[in-house]
This record gives sequence, C-alpha cells and structure tokens, in this order.
Amino acid sequence: MTRIAMWLLLLSIASAHAQIVSVAPEYQQRYNNLLHELRCLVCQNQTLADSGSGLADDLRLEVKRMLEEGNSDQQIFAFMSDRYGDFVLYKPPLKPRTWLLWFGPFVLLLAGLIGIRRVVQANNKSADSTQLSDAEMKKINDVIQDRDD
Amino acid sequence: MKALIPALLFFVISGFLFVGLYKDPTLVSSPLVGKSIPSFTAATLFSPDKQITQADLIGEIALVNVWATWCPACKHEHPDLVALAMKTDIPIYGLNYKETDKAEARAWLRQEGNPYVLSIADDDGRIAIDFGVYGAPETFLIDAQGVIQHKRVGVMNDKIWQRDFLPIIQRLRREAL
Repeated sequence: MTRIAMWLLLLSIASAHAQIVSVAPEYQQRYNNLLHELRCLVCQNQTLADSGSGLADDLRLEVKRMLEEGNSDQQIFAFMSDRYGDFVLYKPPLKPRTWLLWFGPFVLLLAGLIGIRRVVQANNKSADSTQLSDAEMKKINDVIQDRDD
Repeated sequence: MKALIPALLFFVISGFLFVGLYKDPTLVSSPLVGKSIPSFTAATLFSPDKQITQADLIGEIALVNVWATWCPACKHEHPDLVALAMKTDIPIYGLNYKETDKAEARAWLRQEGNPYVLSIADDDGRIAIDFGVYGAPETFLIDAQGVIQHKRVGVMNDKIWQRDFLPIIQRLRREAL
C-alpha cells in the first residue's frame, strides 16, 4: 500500500516536470543534446530539457518533428533563433554583437596579468636598492647607541 | 594618475550594473521585427469551417494580438484593447493561442466586447511558434505589406499605445505618402 502511494507520488512529481516526448532510438542522442543547448523562454534559466512549461513541451515536439524530417542540428538551431533570437541558444554565436561576451573575460585576464607584472616589477626595483640612505644609517646608529648605553 | 585607475574601474563596473538594473530580462528582442508575418492556414474562433491565411491579415497597417481565456494578463488587458479598437481605425486581429475552451472564449468576447476583426484559432500553438510567441499577451504591429514593425510582450494599454505604437504608425503613414 505504501509502495503504491510512493509510486503515485513519484508519478505526480514527474508529471509536474517536463512532459516526456518519445523519440526513435536513432535520434535519442542528438535529441538530448539539442534540448540541453536550447533555452526555455518561459523559465529563462532552464533548458528545454528541464522545463515543464507548455511552450517547452511544444518546442520539444518541434525538435522531434524536425529530427524525424531529417534536419541537421544547425537547421534546428536556426529554426529556434529565427523565432526567438540568439537568446535561446545556450552557446551564443560569435559575431560583432557578442565579441564582448566571448573575449571580455580574456581581456580582463590579460589586464590582470599585466597589472601583476607591474606590481612585481615595482617590488623588485625597491628590493634591489640595498644601499641605505643617510637618514636610515643615522636611525640604525641611534638604535645601536641606545642599546649600548 | 595611478590612483585613478581603481576609481575608473569602479565607475565602469557600476555603469554596467546600473544599466542592468533597468533591463527586463523577460523582454527578448524579436528577430522577427523587419520580417513578414509567418504563413499559416487556420480556422477562426467564430467560423470554425472557414479557413483563413496570412494574406487575410495583409493590406493595411494592423495589430495582431495574442490572447486566450486561460491567460489572466490577457483578460486584464482586454478592456484596454476594446477601448483601443473603438478609438482607432487600425484593425486588430486576434491570435487565439492554445485556447482550452472555445465556447468560453466566444462567450467572453460577446460579454466583454470584441476588439478583434477576427481571431485566428491556433489550437496547437503552432502558429504562435512561428510568430516567436513566448508570453501571452503579445501584440505585433504589422505594416501594409505584412512586415512586422514592432512587437510588444506583455499587456497593451493606452500609455504603451501612445509611446511605442503611434510613432511607428505615424512614420509608416508618412512613408506611404
């Protein structure tokens, strides 16, 4: 009895999530990959694979239909971005508008490296000067004198 | 000079974050603006036996409004649409998106007023996918050639009409002269 109740509970949880679309085994792998690369526009931080929204259900069916009609992955991505923009693609395409997105982190990294080099060089320079200034010499002598007294 | 660098960085980062504050992530700019409305063949809400196509929507500047009775925000914007339909001569076409209860949809329009010239019956949501719809209500402004000129995601009201739609309509009319 508890077992049945548990299964029913599990089923009801599953139904609140993504509606399962059955795909022919030869497409299964590509289908799964595609769904993980596409964003659900209703719940924006979920992929099509995870989302339980009605639109995501419909779009999964579209992906299935296009696979079965022999479309390439590129054609399916194009179908989605033609309608919903590049935003649906989890891997945004490389173009002038997305240069900052793609190269920004590397530019920041480079800037950081240059900054570190400068700091290290500056430190080395000050460490090189082993000569004491007159004022420093006088200070040391004073300390020694104090101790001797 | 050197001391200015952290301050400069601070302002650049703050600038990005400040702009980000006022951006609504749910507003995704539509790649369909500038393109023709997608082709379709469908029945209408009030004449299930009649088939219409995209050609029936093209010919003059018009609005296409995505709605359904299951959509609370659509019901909320409805009075504003009815008022808009009365004050403007621009036709409003409805896209009845995945309607769950057509009898209720018809009753709703009879009772609350029907701002639509007709409502396309998009039962399985396939037409809406071609329109790039992701959050009803949505309103498209199309020109006389059937090219989408603007897309509004979210409710429509007089303020948005004046601010976003009218300037484009005035420009289109000037260009048509």
